[in-house]
Amino acid sequence: MTAPLLSIRDLTIAFGTNEATRRISFDIAPGETVALVGESGSGKSVTALSVLKLLPPSAKLSGQILFKGKDLVTVAQAELRAVRGNDISMIFQEPMSSLNPVHTIESQIGEVLAIHRGLRATAARKRTLELLDAVGIPDPASRLSSYPHQLSGGQRQRVMIAMALANEPDLLIADEPTTALDVTVQAQILTLLKSLQQRLGMAMLFITHDLGIVKKIADRVCVMTNGEIVESGPVATLFANPQHAYTRHLLAAEPRGTPPLSDPTAPSIIDVADLKVWFPIRRGLLRRTVGHIKAVDGVDLSIRRGETLGVVGESGSGKSTLGYAVLRLIPSDGRIVVLGNEVQSRSWKAMRPLRADMQIVFQDPYGSLSPRLSVDQIIGEGLSVHMPQLTASERDDRVVKALEEVGLPPAARFRYPHEFSGGQRQRIAIARAMVLEPKFVVLDEPTSALDVSIQAQVVDLLRDIQQRRGLTYMFISHDLKVVRALANQLIVMRNGRIVEQGEAAAIFAAPQSDYTKTLMAAAFNTEVIAPQNLDPARPVTP
Amino acid sequence: MSEMAGQAAVIEAPRNRFLTPLNQRRLANFRKNRRGYWSLWIFLVLFLATLGSEFIANDRPIIASYKGELLFPAFVDYPEEKFGGFFAITNYRDDFIADEIKANGWAIWPPIRFNYQTVDGFLPYSGAVAPSWLMSFEDNCARYPLQAADPNCHWGNFHWLGTDDRGRDVVARLLYGFRISVLFGLTLTIISSVIGVVAGAVQGYFGGWVDLVFQRVIEIWTSIPALYLLLIISSVIAPNFWVLLGILLLFSWVALVGIVRAEFLRGRNFEYIAAARALGVSNATIMFRHLLPNAMVATLTFMPFILSGSVVTLTSLDLLGFGLPPGSPSLGELLAQGKNNLQAPWLGLTGFFTIAIMMTLLVFIGEAVRDAFDPRKSMA
Repeated sequence: MTAPLLSIRDLTIAFGTNEATRRISFDIAPGETVALVGESGSGKSVTALSVLKLLPPSAKLSGQILFKGKDLVTVAQAELRAVRGNDISMIFQEPMSSLNPVHTIESQIGEVLAIHRGLRATAARKRTLELLDAVGIPDPASRLSSYPHQLSGGQRQRVMIAMALANEPDLLIADEPTTALDVTVQAQILTLLKSLQQRLGMAMLFITHDLGIVKKIADRVCVMTNGEIVESGPVATLFANPQHAYTRHLLAAEPRGTPPLSDPTAPSIIDVADLKVWFPIRRGLLRRTVGHIKAVDGVDLSIRRGETLGVVGESGSGKSTLGYAVLRLIPSDGRIVVLGNEVQSRSWKAMRPLRADMQIVFQDPYGSLSPRLSVDQIIGEGLSVHMPQLTASERDDRVVKALEEVGLPPAARFRYPHEFSGGQRQRIAIARAMVLEPKFVVLDEPTSALDVSIQAQVVDLLRDIQQRRGLTYMFISHDLKVVRALANQLIVMRNGRIVEQGEAAAIFAAPQSDYTKTLMAAAFNTEVIAPQNLDPARPVTP
Repeated sequence: MSEMAGQAAVIEAPRNRFLTPLNQRRLANFRKNRRGYWSLWIFLVLFLATLGSEFIANDRPIIASYKGELLFPAFVDYPEEKFGGFFAITNYRDDFIADEIKANGWAIWPPIRFNYQTVDGFLPYSGAVAPSWLMSFEDNCARYPLQAADPNCHWGNFHWLGTDDRGRDVVARLLYGFRISVLFGLTLTIISSVIGVVAGAVQGYFGGWVDLVFQRVIEIWTSIPALYLLLIISSVIAPNFWVLLGILLLFSWVALVGIVRAEFLRGRNFEYIAAARALGVSNATIMFRHLLPNAMVATLTFMPFILSGSVVTLTSLDLLGFGLPPGSPSLGELLAQGKNNLQAPWLGLTGFFTIAIMMTLLVFIGEAVRDAFDPRKSMA
C-alpha cells in the first residue's frame, strides 16, 4: 500500500467542554474514496471542515491532520491558503447558499483560477469553459454570464464541482453534496463525481448520512457516532458483515413493513376534481398577468376511508402545494369534497368547524413548533379552538393522552420544543394533529428532516395510529422507500400534473411511465444509473 | 443517539412560564454587560427618587402637627384660615404661619424647602443667584432680617445649584423636570409602541393591498416636517402635557411599524403559523400568540432608544418655548435659561449635565438590552 495522502491521527475537536469528535483516526490513499457515515450530530461534518481548518475560532483541535506528510493543524495561515482550493478542495451541501448570488458563474470559477494559478482574462475563460464542459453543463459558453439563481439545483451543484476541480486537487472533500438534490439529480451528480475522480485520479472524502450513496460511490467507509469512529473497513465487507451494534442498527434502519390492508368497499372521504393552483406571473408597469406558474394543474384524486394515498414527486412537482390546497390552506380552483362537505365555496370562518377533522403534519419539526410555547400550549391550542367547553383538567387529560399515544412521557408537556430532538419534535407535531381526533391527515414529508433510524420509528408510529383509529392519510414524500412502507394508493407527480396513478403495490412492482421508472431506479438501485436528461431547468420565475 | 439523551433528560416539574431558558439566558447576557446593568440601576434609583420629588423639594412640610391635629400639607391643601390667616392657600414659608405652627405643634420639612415654582423672597441679590457653596454663609443670608443669625438661614433654604433668573431653586426644578421628562418619555414610548406594533402587525400579517396602501400612507405621513407642524399647532392650541403627548404621538408611532411589519412578513410564512391556521386558530390569536413574541425582540430592543428620543424631543420643544406651559419644570426650559443668562453658567451646565447623564444611561441600557436579545450572543 502506498503512503496515505491524508492521514488523520487522534483528532479531537472541542467546542468549549463539548467534544465534537474524540480521538478519531483514518487514512485516505491517493485515488481512494472514503465515506464518512453518521447521523446528524455525529461529528462527521466537523471532521470534514477541520481538514481545511474552516471551523469557527472557538473550536480547539488536538491531534494531527497529515496531508502529504505536512501537519495541517500547526501549519501557518498563508501556507494553509495555498493548500485550500488547490491541493484540497471542498463541495458543500447547499448549492444555493454556497455560491455567491451577486457574482456570475464565470467570475466565481475565475476567482479560484486567479488565486492559485494566476490565470486571467482569456486564459481563465478558456479553462472555465473546459471545466463547465467537464461537469456536464450544456452549452457552457452561454452560461458564463449566468447568476446562480438562474440555474437549477443540480446545475448549481455542478458549478460548485467545477470550482472545486478547477485546480485539479489531490483530495476532494464532499460534505453531503447530494442531500439537497432530488433523487434523479442525485444519481447524476454521483455518476459525475465518480467519473471525474477516475479521470483525474484524485482521492475523495465523502460525507453522507445515506448508506445507499455509500454503497454506490465509496471504496472504504468509516461509521461515526457521537464523535467516534466505531467501525471502518472496505464497503463490501462492512455492508456484508457489520461488526458494531451501531452499524447494524443503521443498516437495519430503513423503513420496513407494508401498509395496512385497505377495504376496497370503503366510501371515499376525499374527492378532488380538476384541482388547479396557478400562480400568476405579472409583468410590466400595470402588472398584467402574462402567464401562470402551474404548481398544480388539473389533479383528480379520491381517497377511501382508512386508506393512505402516497403522493411522490421531486421538488417543485407541486405535491406539497396539492396537500395545502386540499386542506384549503392556499386558494385553488376545482372541486374539493371532504367528508361529504363541498369546501371550496366556504369562507375561512366557515372552514373552522371542519378543521378538527382534517389535520396536517409538516416536514420540518424544527419550524412547525412555535419555539415560545410549551408543549402543552402547542398541543392544547387546537382543543381550545374546537372544544372550548373543556375544562382545564379535561384539556390536560387529552394532552397527556395524545403524548402517550405518540410515545412521549406526560412530563414532556411542560417543556419547550428546543429541549427535544428532531424525532421527538415530530412526535409532538403528530400529537398536535391527533389530539383533535381528525379523520383525515395530510402528512407533508413528515420523515424527510429526520435521521434514518428515527424515520423508521416515525413511520411505524404513523402506521400504528392509523390502524388504531382507522385514519385516512395523504402521505406526501419524495422518499419512495418511506412511501412504500405506508401507501395503499400512489400518485406520481411531475410539474404539477399526475404522471401515474394507481395501486401502490402495482406501481412499485411495474411502473408504467418512464419518469416513474427513473425515479424508482434512482431510489432503489444500488448501482449508479446512467444519466438521463432529467434535469430540466425549471421555468425561471421572473 | 440524541433521541435517547433527550428522553433521559425529561424532568417532572412544570417550568416557570416567564423565566424560560431563553429568557434566563437573556437576563444573564444583560447582567454580563456591566455598564448597562449598572446604568439601569442608577437610572431606576434616579427615577424613583424623582417620583418622590414632593418629599425632597417642597415649599410645605410633609407632616405637621397643629393644635393636636396631624396634618399632611404635602398632600392636602389646607386653607390659611386653619392657621388663623385669610388666604385660600397656605404659604407655609411665611413667617407668620411658621411661627403659628411652631407655637402649637411641630412640622417635618423636606430637605429642600422650595418646590419648582417657589420664588425665594430672601435672595442675596436679584437675578440668577449662584450656588450657595460659592458664597459664604453670611452672603447667603444677607437679605434675611437677622442675616446669618436668622432662624430661616439654614441648609434647607439654601440654593445648592443656585436659582434661575426668576429666583426659583434649580435643584427643585431639576428634580421635577427630570420626573416630567421621564414620565412624558415613557408614556409616549409605550403608547406609540402599542400603536406602532398593532399597525405593523396588521400590515405584515395581511400583506398585499393592506400593506401596500398602509406603507404609502406612512411614507407620506413621515415626509411631513413634524417640527414645523408642532410649532404651528402649539401656537394655536395652548399646550399642556397631554396635548403635547398627543401631537408628538401623531408622528412617533411610525418608528416601530417598519421593523414589526418586517418581522410579521417573515413570520407569517413560518410552518408553525401554517400549523396554527390548519388548526383553525383565528387571525387575531395567531398574531398575538404566535407572531407577536417574534416581533417583541425587535420592539424591546428599540424601546430604550425611542425613550431617549422622546425625552430629547420634549426637551427641544421646551428649549424653543413651544413645549410645556410656562412655569412647568422642564429640562429644556432650564437650558433656555442657561442660554439667556450666560453670566450664570450653573444654569446651562446643570441642564447640560442632567440631560447628558440621562441620555448616556438610557443609551447604555439600550445597548445592554440589544445585546441581551441578540440571537448570536444568546446562542453562545
